Amino acid sequence: MKSKTISLVVNGDTHQLFVQPRDTLLQVLRDTLGLIGTKEGCGNGNCGACTVLMDGRPVNSCIVLAGETDGRSITTIEGLSKGSQLLPLQQAFIDYGGFQCGFCTPGIILMARAFLDRHPSPTEAEVRQALAGNLCRCTGYDKVIKAVLAAAHGDKAPSRSSGGPAIGQRLPRVDAAAKVTGQAAFGADMRLPGMLYAKVLRSPHAHARIKRLDLTKALALEGVKGAVTGADIPPLRPEVVAAAGNMYVNTVDHWKSLLARDRVLHIGQGVAVVAATGPHIAEEALKLIEVEYEPLPVAGDVLEAMKPDSPLVHPDLLTSGTAENSDRPSNVASVLEMGHGDVEAGFRESDVIIEETYRTQMVHQGYLEPQAAVASADAAACPEPGEWGRVTVWTSTQGHFDARQSLCDLLSIPLSNVKVVPTEIGGGFGGKMTVWIEPLCVLLSQRTGRPVKIVLTREEVFQATGPGSPAVITIKAGAAKDGKLKALAGKFIYDAGAYPGSPVMAGATSGIGAYRLPNYKIECYDVVTNKPWVKAYRAPGTTQAAFAVESHMDAMAEALGLDAVEFRRRNAVAEGDPMPGDRPYNRIGFGLLLDKVAAHPAWTGEIDGASRNKGPSIRPGRGMACGMWFGAVLTSSAQAALNGDGSVSVSVGTPDLTGTRTGLLQVAADTFGIPAGRVSIAVNDTDSGGFSDGSAGSRTIYSMGTAVFRACQDAIAQLKGRAAARLRVDAEKIDYEKGVFKVKDSAEPGLSLADLGKMSLWRGDGPVVGHGSLTRMAPAPGFAAHVVDVEVDRDTGKVKLLKYTAFQDVGRAVNPTLVEGQMQGGATQGIGWALSEGYVFDNGVLQNPSFMDYRMPTATDVPFIDTEIVEAPSPDGPYGARGVGEVPIAPPPAAIANAIYRATGVRLRELPMSPERVYRALRGK
Amino acid sequence: MNDFKYIRPTSLEQALAFLAQTDGEVRPLAGGTDLIPQIREGRKAPAWVMDIKSIPELNRLEFDVNGALHLGAAVPCADIIASDEVGKRFDLLRQTASLIGGMQIRNRASVGGNICNGAPSADTAPALLCLGASVHVATQKGMRKSPVDDFFRGPGETRLSSRELLVEIEIPPAPPRSAGCYLRMTPREEMDIAIVGVASYVVLAARGKRCKEARISLGAVAPTPIRAKKAEALLSGKTLEAGLIEEASRLAAGEASPITDIRGSADYRRHLVEVLTRRTLTACLQSLRVEM
Repeated sequence: MKSKTISLVVNGDTHQLFVQPRDTLLQVLRDTLGLIGTKEGCGNGNCGACTVLMDGRPVNSCIVLAGETDGRSITTIEGLSKGSQLLPLQQAFIDYGGFQCGFCTPGIILMARAFLDRHPSPTEAEVRQALAGNLCRCTGYDKVIKAVLAAAHGDKAPSRSSGGPAIGQRLPRVDAAAKVTGQAAFGADMRLPGMLYAKVLRSPHAHARIKRLDLTKALALEGVKGAVTGADIPPLRPEVVAAAGNMYVNTVDHWKSLLARDRVLHIGQGVAVVAATGPHIAEEALKLIEVEYEPLPVAGDVLEAMKPDSPLVHPDLLTSGTAENSDRPSNVASVLEMGHGDVEAGFRESDVIIEETYRTQMVHQGYLEPQAAVASADAAACPEPGEWGRVTVWTSTQGHFDARQSLCDLLSIPLSNVKVVPTEIGGGFGGKMTVWIEPLCVLLSQRTGRPVKIVLTREEVFQATGPGSPAVITIKAGAAKDGKLKALAGKFIYDAGAYPGSPVMAGATSGIGAYRLPNYKIECYDVVTNKPWVKAYRAPGTTQAAFAVESHMDAMAEALGLDAVEFRRRNAVAEGDPMPGDRPYNRIGFGLLLDKVAAHPAWTGEIDGASRNKGPSIRPGRGMACGMWFGAVLTSSAQAALNGDGSVSVSVGTPDLTGTRTGLLQVAADTFGIPAGRVSIAVNDTDSGGFSDGSAGSRTIYSMGTAVFRACQDAIAQLKGRAAARLRVDAEKIDYEKGVFKVKDSAEPGLSLADLGKMSLWRGDGPVVGHGSLTRMAPAPGFAAHVVDVEVDRDTGKVKLLKYTAFQDVGRAVNPTLVEGQMQGGATQGIGWALSEGYVFDNGVLQNPSFMDYRMPTATDVPFIDTEIVEAPSPDGPYGARGVGEVPIAPPPAAIANAIYRATGVRLRELPMSPERVYRALRGK
Repeated sequence: MNDFKYIRPTSLEQALAFLAQTDGEVRPLAGGTDLIPQIREGRKAPAWVMDIKSIPELNRLEFDVNGALHLGAAVPCADIIASDEVGKRFDLLRQTASLIGGMQIRNRASVGGNICNGAPSADTAPALLCLGASVHVATQKGMRKSPVDDFFRGPGETRLSSRELLVEIEIPPAPPRSAGCYLRMTPREEMDIAIVGVASYVVLAARGKRCKEARISLGAVAPTPIRAKKAEALLSGKTLEAGLIEEASRLAAGEASPITDIRGSADYRRHLVEVLTRRTLTACLQSLRVEM
């Protein structure tokens, strides 16, 4: 190490900075200068989140050494706008909804700015190519490209009506300005005085015994302040162990997984964690930890792992849910069955029966923001060892109350001692529902008496944060000549990774849930292997099942000589039909959706460009597939407080991943009947509101929206009482409309919200706070159908998407821009599953933990995702809304497989449908 | 990231003197788009990183009086793409430089760095082989010039010694009636590494459709980027028609010796060589307006 001083101009200001050779420009900008708008997504120049302009040229600041920049001029997102004046480009991103989580947004805007400076009037293709180095995982690229094109060509923003209800309007996001200027603070942006930086030592083996673990040398390194190993994590309380099986994540397994004790069970499992005064020192300390591993045989492939002679991941795991062999340890954690009617009888009534097996790969949620958390344990309030003072945790989480519950269960801390504060979150998709680093930060903070921060690297994110489950699914389906399904038998085998808990049942039921099945039987296998422990990923389990079922339905339709949409119309579930588990569907929009697809040019028209002369090896084809998601509800709490001027402040317990603050604000505005501008909304922390589950399972607008609606209704009811007292009538004589309380059938002007607000604070009436909470509601299932046109290069196996249309029943589009963004983002993720993404293992060792070889789609890999919104109002949701986030990820793999089949006559039954796999299938090998 | 020391010489003499005196591994740093991730991931652990971007000779981008292009080893791809003159005279080089990374990467990554990294899949290597490029290497005894064909040693390795520095790449003037094409196979359109890359280059005789010389170079199918010399020999001196191109493509596939790795299997790669050779040769003829 030899430090030197550099002179660097950043956003016009000259800085003399003392840097180490290995400091990157990104580290200097963020850590030294506090310019948090520049984000680290991968550390290797593969994602573009750290893009800054160096002498006007966009570069990845994560792979520029600070020492190289001596004398250079840097522009970060903070330097783009002049004062509070946004650039037209930034405004276009707001108007067109060109961001969702906002984490990749500063990089994209800087890239676009530099590009437009040189190419003021670009084509769509040129914009796509310019942005190819900037990954967006949330909303895909549709709205991003359109925002850039609009800024270039001076297009007007999509129209917005003034006045009238807020719901249904394309209101700009409440967090829009913060997201396009880089001011939004995400997990890694938290800094506290005296903060330590911790790094986790991870297993290089998929399965090994830890024979020796010695931290002596690491602890002796100057700057190292503390370390924790598995042995340092306190034991679970008996009541937590007893309740473990009932939790979303089994707490005992969760506790074991935090840091390995005697054995490591998957690549990347944590072994020890070290806190030091700087990240470089923490990293050096990891190299000084001595670990001796004895490699053990690996249970890798899920089907192999099910065999009796497979190496066991857990020598004491017995199969639950079945009597068969349940006394012998096995990697099969559970076998659950569900069914209805007589499947064999159904097959006897069938004229067409098809049985096939489908396989899907391990995938990652791919959020651009790696997990990041800071914990500060109040050491002074810790009178005895093992006694807890106050602990505050700032973390990028999908659910701060869930995170607090997990933390307190895992570390045996009373709930009231812990405050979890959610930061802005850079995407989650189910992958940020589980605490991994937070407990380590808390333990280290308690041990060192200083705040401790952990930020994962992209490699760690791939290895140790809970990817999506791989699956092997066998479907046998029978139908009569009239096109009606008679029976379906499904065997769903999901790979849970190192601990039980794959989403096999959720997947299987949503996979078959779209069809009226007089007879069905599903067997669900949850199997452990020596792979990273899987966690929820957007519509957990459903995309895997939809790939199998929807490919299968396409084959059934063809065998019956029916149009693929028509076949589905004949079998589509409708209101009153039983869901798997036999409860009836309430109002759903699947039939309406299929009617719309059947009549739509995306389905009925010619394939665009198919006539172009591309040579005999290029074959066009069109496919479609559906998807369904039951919709989560869980628990929600919201408050609506009347302010002194008659405006309303809402607070909710669900973090905002996708713009839900804005949607919930629209619900509140319309419930009060006041302009959206008179409502503010904030996400609370765990000390300042009632319990809410996280933002997951497409539940936020539906379930939290209902809580907000109820909180507003509660406030209005209280205010009616206030108005009645002031107007000297009974409360039931008071009508409320659009911000005014009036006596029924009276011509008097009544009292406005502003009048009552004033009285509440300054005339002695007292504050008004409405509460809304719920923990049970009928779910509102959502359905989607996607139509895709592809071109298959028969010589190389490469599949190109020509056109993509996503249809979805959203109940009521609270904010159409945000709804479309979800549909487009979900489709883009599903396209990634379909064509290019997937973990590659060699004896359990992950071969591609980077965005280079884990290939998420770039702007050049997807066409515009056209959206068709169908609105069949949900009976119970706020203003008829349904959750919209999950279902659009389910159809794409099957839709694309079906299109490839139509193009080539060959059906792909394994994901991803990479060029080589397609080529082999075409060659029949 | 592993620690290292950083030095930025401002002249070739300084750089060479430093290389001569210094113990421990020195890694030259141009755009750093390969090197910095390699250091971060622990795949390389140099004692020194020598930033070569302040050495004037390594920043040349100019044509000499004979029309040869002198491309300094540190010139970023973006500058090559932006040069109309390069595009006009060496379209093949522009094509490959445009395929490296995204725009952020192209603003940093140089052709010199691309070949010094020694990856068999380096996108610019097949183009340089086809264009008959030479490398100018500064040694302790002066400059040495050698064909780029002799530059590569194996995966991640070149024939540069630890005391030498790549200064520039020289590309001889393009003959009249010549055209080149590079195609690569990647799962994604951009931001990807070639499973196979093939460059073809066709020079027609002064008149008529006869092929005076053909060059075919393959990436990611051997320990180094290679020429498919049997396929080239088959085509040179002949009038190119579909059957001959098919045969040359098969020959090229036979000259490949690919491995199976996470990006592709050996036999898929060999097959791709055949497909891409056919397509690149056909594209060359289309550029030259030769009807088959």
